[in-house]
Amino acid sequence: MSEQPDHNKQGFWSRVFHLYYDGFRSMTVGKTLWLIIGIKLFIFFVIIKMIFFPNFLSSKCDTEQEKTEYVRHQLVDR
Amino acid sequence: MEELINVVDWSRAQFALTAIYHWLFVPLTLGLGIIVAVMETIYYKTKSEKWLATTKFWMTIFGVNFAIGVATGIILEFEFGTNWSNYSWFVGDIFGAPLAVEGILAFFMESTFIAVMFFGWKKVSPKFHLAATWLTAIGASLSALWILVANAWMQYPTGCEFNPATMRNEMTSFAAVALSPMAISKFFHTVLSAWALGGVFVCGVCGWMMLKKRNYEHCQRSLKVGAWVGVIGIVLTMITGDTSAVTVAKYQPMKLAAMEGLYKGDHGQSIVAFGILNPSKQAFDEQDPYLFDISIPYGLSFLATHDFNAFVPGVEDIINGVSCDNEGNEINTVSYAERMERGRQLKEMLSQYNAAINSGNTLMQDSLKSVINADFKNFGYAYLDKPEEAIPNIPLTFYTFHFMVTVGGYLMLFLLLALLFAYKPEILNKAKWAKWWYILAIITIPLTYLCSASGWIVAEVGRQPWTIQDLMPNKVAISDLSAGYVQVTFWIFAVVFTALLIADIGIICKQISKKSQTNLDTVND
Repeated sequence: MSEQPDHNKQGFWSRVFHLYYDGFRSMTVGKTLWLIIGIKLFIFFVIIKMIFFPNFLSSKCDTEQEKTEYVRHQLVDR
Repeated sequence: MEELINVVDWSRAQFALTAIYHWLFVPLTLGLGIIVAVMETIYYKTKSEKWLATTKFWMTIFGVNFAIGVATGIILEFEFGTNWSNYSWFVGDIFGAPLAVEGILAFFMESTFIAVMFFGWKKVSPKFHLAATWLTAIGASLSALWILVANAWMQYPTGCEFNPATMRNEMTSFAAVALSPMAISKFFHTVLSAWALGGVFVCGVCGWMMLKKRNYEHCQRSLKVGAWVGVIGIVLTMITGDTSAVTVAKYQPMKLAAMEGLYKGDHGQSIVAFGILNPSKQAFDEQDPYLFDISIPYGLSFLATHDFNAFVPGVEDIINGVSCDNEGNEINTVSYAERMERGRQLKEMLSQYNAAINSGNTLMQDSLKSVINADFKNFGYAYLDKPEEAIPNIPLTFYTFHFMVTVGGYLMLFLLLALLFAYKPEILNKAKWAKWWYILAIITIPLTYLCSASGWIVAEVGRQPWTIQDLMPNKVAISDLSAGYVQVTFWIFAVVFTALLIADIGIICKQISKKSQTNLDTVND
C-alpha cells in the first residue's frame, strides 16, 4: 500500500481538492462509470438536446409577449 | 385532427418510456441509500470490520446505480420544452419553482455528499462520513419530494391563479402547492415503496449469493437490515396507499372509478378483489362491466372514504354530475356536459380578454380576469368533444391497479418471511426447500419493479385525458409538431435508455459476482 500524504494539515480547499483528486485517481469500477456518465451527458446535452429538443416556443417567438400571444392563439383557436 | 392525435399519442408514449426507464433507477437509489446509511450506522456503533465490509459492498452497488441513473430525468424536462410547449408556458412558475428547489438544494446536496461517501473513508472522520451517507440518502429523497410536488400539482392544481394577460398560472401560495394532500400522500407512498424495493433487492441479491453458497455471514448481516427496511417500507406503503386512495376519491373520482372498472356507483360499494373486465363494455350501455369478478362487500366505500356505507360514484355518475359529499351522501353536482359548456364560455371570455388588451380597456380586463378565475376549474372541459372523452383507459388502469395491490400484498408476506429467516436462519438451514426460497427472492426483484411501474401507470393513465387535471387536456398541451418528429426521438430514447439499462444491470451483476467471490467479512481495499 502506498504512503498517503497527510492532507489534514492543509487548508480546507486543499483538502477538498485532494478528496476529489485522490478519489478519482484510486477509482476502479468508478472509471467505467465516469466514462458512461460522460458519454451519456454528451448524448443527452449535445446530440439530443441541441439537435432534437430545441425549446419549441423560443424557436417560434423572440419575446415573452410573442410567446404569450402564441399560446393564447393556441388555446383560444384550437 | 388525426395528425394531432398521433402527435399526442407519440408524445405520451415517449414521456411514458422515458419516465418508466428513469423510474427503474430512482427507487433503488432511494431504497438502497437508506439501507447503506443504516448499515454504516451499525458499523459506526460497533466498529466491526464485518459491518464496514458489508456497508462498502452495498455502497458500490448504490454507486453504480446512482451513476448510471443520474441525469436520466433531465430528458423529461427536454420533452416539456419541445413536445409540451403549451403546457410548459401555461403552467408557468408553479412547475418551475419546485424543480428549481430540487436542482439547487436537493441535487447539489446529494452530489456533494456522495463524493464524501465514496472518496472520504480515509479523508474525513467516521462521524462526518456517516453524516455524509445519511445526507446523500436524505438528499435523494428531497430530490424526489420536489419532483413529486410538481407531479401532484398536475393531479390536483392548487395554490395558483390564472393570469389571462400572460396566459400563465401564477403561484399564490407555495405552501398550498408543496403541502397539498396529493403531494404529501404521493411523496410518502412513492418514497416508502422505494424502501420496500431496496429491501427486496438486498434479499434477492443475498438469495443469489446463498444459492451459490458464498459469503453466508455477510448475507445474514445484509438481510437483517434489508428485510427490516423492506418491512417498514411495505407496511408504510400500504398505510400511505390507503391515504392515497382517499385523496384520489376526493380529488380524482374518475381515476378511482377507472381503477375499479366501476361504471355505476352505489352506497356500500364493493371492491373487486379479482376480476376480468368485459372488453366490449362502454359507458352508458347495459352490459356487465365484468366477465368474472370476486368482490369484497363494502370494500370500495371503506377504501375511498373510511365509511362502509358511503356512496362511491362510478364513471357514468361522474359524467352525469353525481358525486359524494363529505358525509358519504349521494349528491348532484355539475355534469360534464355543463362543465364543457362553462369551459367554452371561459374560452370565449379569454378571446374577449384579448380584445380588451388590444383596445386598452383595463376595466374590462379586470372584470374578465375575475370571472375567468372564479370558474377556472372548468376551463379544460372546453376542449372535449363529448363527455366520454374524459374517461381514462379503464382496462389499463384497472389491471395495473390490481396487479400493484396483489404484488404489494405478496411483498408484505415475502418481506416478513425474509425478516423471520434473517433472525432464525436455522429454519432455512434445515429446510430442503431453501433453494426455492432463494430463487423466489431473486424473482421477486423484477416483480417489485413491475409493481412500482404499475403504480405510476395507475397514477398517470388514470388521470387521462388531462395533462393538468380539469384545466388542460393533452391535445391542448401539446406542441404543434409532426408525429414523425416525435417518433424519431422516441426510438432514439428507446435505444439510449435500453443501452443504459443493460449497462446498469451488467455492471451491477458483474460487481456482485466479482465481490461475492471475495471474503466480504473483511475490508478488501
